[in-house]
Amino acid sequence: MATTKTETQNLSLKRESPLNRLRKEWAGVLILLLLAAFPFLFAWFSGTSVTDGPSRFWQGLMITFFIMAVYAMSYDLLIGYTGILSFGHAAFFGGGAYTMALWLTHAVPVISSRYRITLPGGANITEVVLFVAGILLVVLVVTLLGLLFSAASARVRGVYFAMISLAMAEALHILSKATDFVRWTGADEGLHGVPVPAWINPTQNRLLFYFVALAFALIMYLLVRRIVDSPAGRVFVAIRENESRVRMIGYNPVVFRSIAFVTAAVIAGLAGALFSLWNMSATPTMTGAIMTINALIMTILGGIGTLVGPILGAGLMQIVGQFFYQWFGPRWPLVFGLIFIALVIFLPYGVIGTWRQKRYAWKRAIQKMFGKG
Amino acid sequence: MGNDNILEVESIHTFIGQFHILEGVSLQVPRSSITVLLGRNGAGKTTTLKSILGLTPPRHGVVRFDGQEIQGKPAYEIAAMGIGYVPEHRAIFRNLSVAENLKIAERKKGDLDRKADFIFSLFPDLKRLYRLPGNHLSGGQQQMLAVARALVADNQLLLIDEPSEGLAPILIEQMMETIRNLSATTTVLLVEQNFIMASQLAENYYILDDGKTVHQGKMADLVQDKELIHRMLGTAVRSGGAG
Repeated sequence: MATTKTETQNLSLKRESPLNRLRKEWAGVLILLLLAAFPFLFAWFSGTSVTDGPSRFWQGLMITFFIMAVYAMSYDLLIGYTGILSFGHAAFFGGGAYTMALWLTHAVPVISSRYRITLPGGANITEVVLFVAGILLVVLVVTLLGLLFSAASARVRGVYFAMISLAMAEALHILSKATDFVRWTGADEGLHGVPVPAWINPTQNRLLFYFVALAFALIMYLLVRRIVDSPAGRVFVAIRENESRVRMIGYNPVVFRSIAFVTAAVIAGLAGALFSLWNMSATPTMTGAIMTINALIMTILGGIGTLVGPILGAGLMQIVGQFFYQWFGPRWPLVFGLIFIALVIFLPYGVIGTWRQKRYAWKRAIQKMFGKG
Repeated sequence: MGNDNILEVESIHTFIGQFHILEGVSLQVPRSSITVLLGRNGAGKTTTLKSILGLTPPRHGVVRFDGQEIQGKPAYEIAAMGIGYVPEHRAIFRNLSVAENLKIAERKKGDLDRKADFIFSLFPDLKRLYRLPGNHLSGGQQQMLAVARALVADNQLLLIDEPSEGLAPILIEQMMETIRNLSATTTVLLVEQNFIMASQLAENYYILDDGKTVHQGKMADLVQDKELIHRMLGTAVRSGGAG
């Protein structure tokens, strides 16, 4: 029974063999390359310019998809991995969006009219520094929001927490609509025409914004994957399964629930901030309950408790939703809703989740079909 | 005798909701020994283990672990002091792999690497099943994983609740052998309904009845006292009435 040190290290937590892993990663790399080439491929196939017309429109759809994918992924970290049912996720997304929009609209013009930040060489970097400061401010604000939600989640569980989280998010929603702050937030109308710096401005620099959004989605995906595979990620899954068992091994579940909450909040907040840059606006819909429900739908559609699932769910909702809009007009959510019901009945673990459970049975069925035919 | 005992429990009273479950349980668990808690269903054996660990904190009484009073501390702190708990019903994480189930019990980085040889020598099966998800394991394998998980960190005391429950006879033999081996390096407080297993393993025993410790002593003496065994543990006899 002598197990040498190297042998036990070989028994590390990576389940796949190196070859398998490489093949899996290659699929990811291929998809990434396709997404990176998408604007050019689309322009080439449709015979239009990369920066105009349908290309531009489709880049816009993809940008929304990337942002929503990150948002859905952050929600899955809570509901899918840690098992926290929260109906307040829009608070993080909208909180990030409003923080960025308010900062760019009200603070940046004042500061940049008074101060100039230059490099020793003399280059003016005021705009960049203020933009980075805006991102840090978003992180700070949504971290505080995440801690607020954690504090509630330390005391109540399950459906009761879901209701409290809904109430807290609705409070923020009401705040974003409040006429008392109409000078700053635009109340019901929201903030429009946010002065987004020219270099990242989605109307002037659509193609660049496409790559920024793609890079953002990639970085967030790698980050979340790293978290899920980390020791803390295992504790998240363990908490989802049985919190008291986690406690008896010696972990404080409250700490780990808070880590999950703050991480999910920061990721959702950054997605919200990017969304406000993309729309050059922040509106009360971004803090509303529909925004949370969208996260829930995208996650369930793709596969709860997986990382690729929410991304796929976001893709289905954004891209398929666009076709539905063309075919069915403004009533498309009705059709989408019926399909959603059918999917939940027939694919109870979402597209990815059900595939992972049933792939062998499905593969056999397909082989049988072709064998007969 | 303070330092000879890794665990001392002084007349703890535990309530679950309105119910007064433990009405004065006292125990002393000497270091490097196996002590067994006996008693009929509902006598309070599992609640005693949970009260020691703080999962159902005692309302009165003192629990001393390694000379330190631990009653009233949160369960995760007590566990982290060096108490491993193997709950009944194979309480593993079914969505995690065998490896992840073990890894999650690390308290210091590298715990599992250091203990792997030891754990695999006790449970060779787990090495073969290392990458399988917990819910693919048989009942016996899950029970072994639950025990193995408590061995990953350097625990000075193991609380093991009904390790033989639902195991095939050959696995019970194996589990007994394992627990006997464990007592060489750590202390075990065992809850066991299977008297044959308990009598062959433990040096000391406590009998609980209606939430009170009613008998204690050396297992060697108890084995002789057929009448007491029958009275306290026999299913035919209803009330305790011991003093």
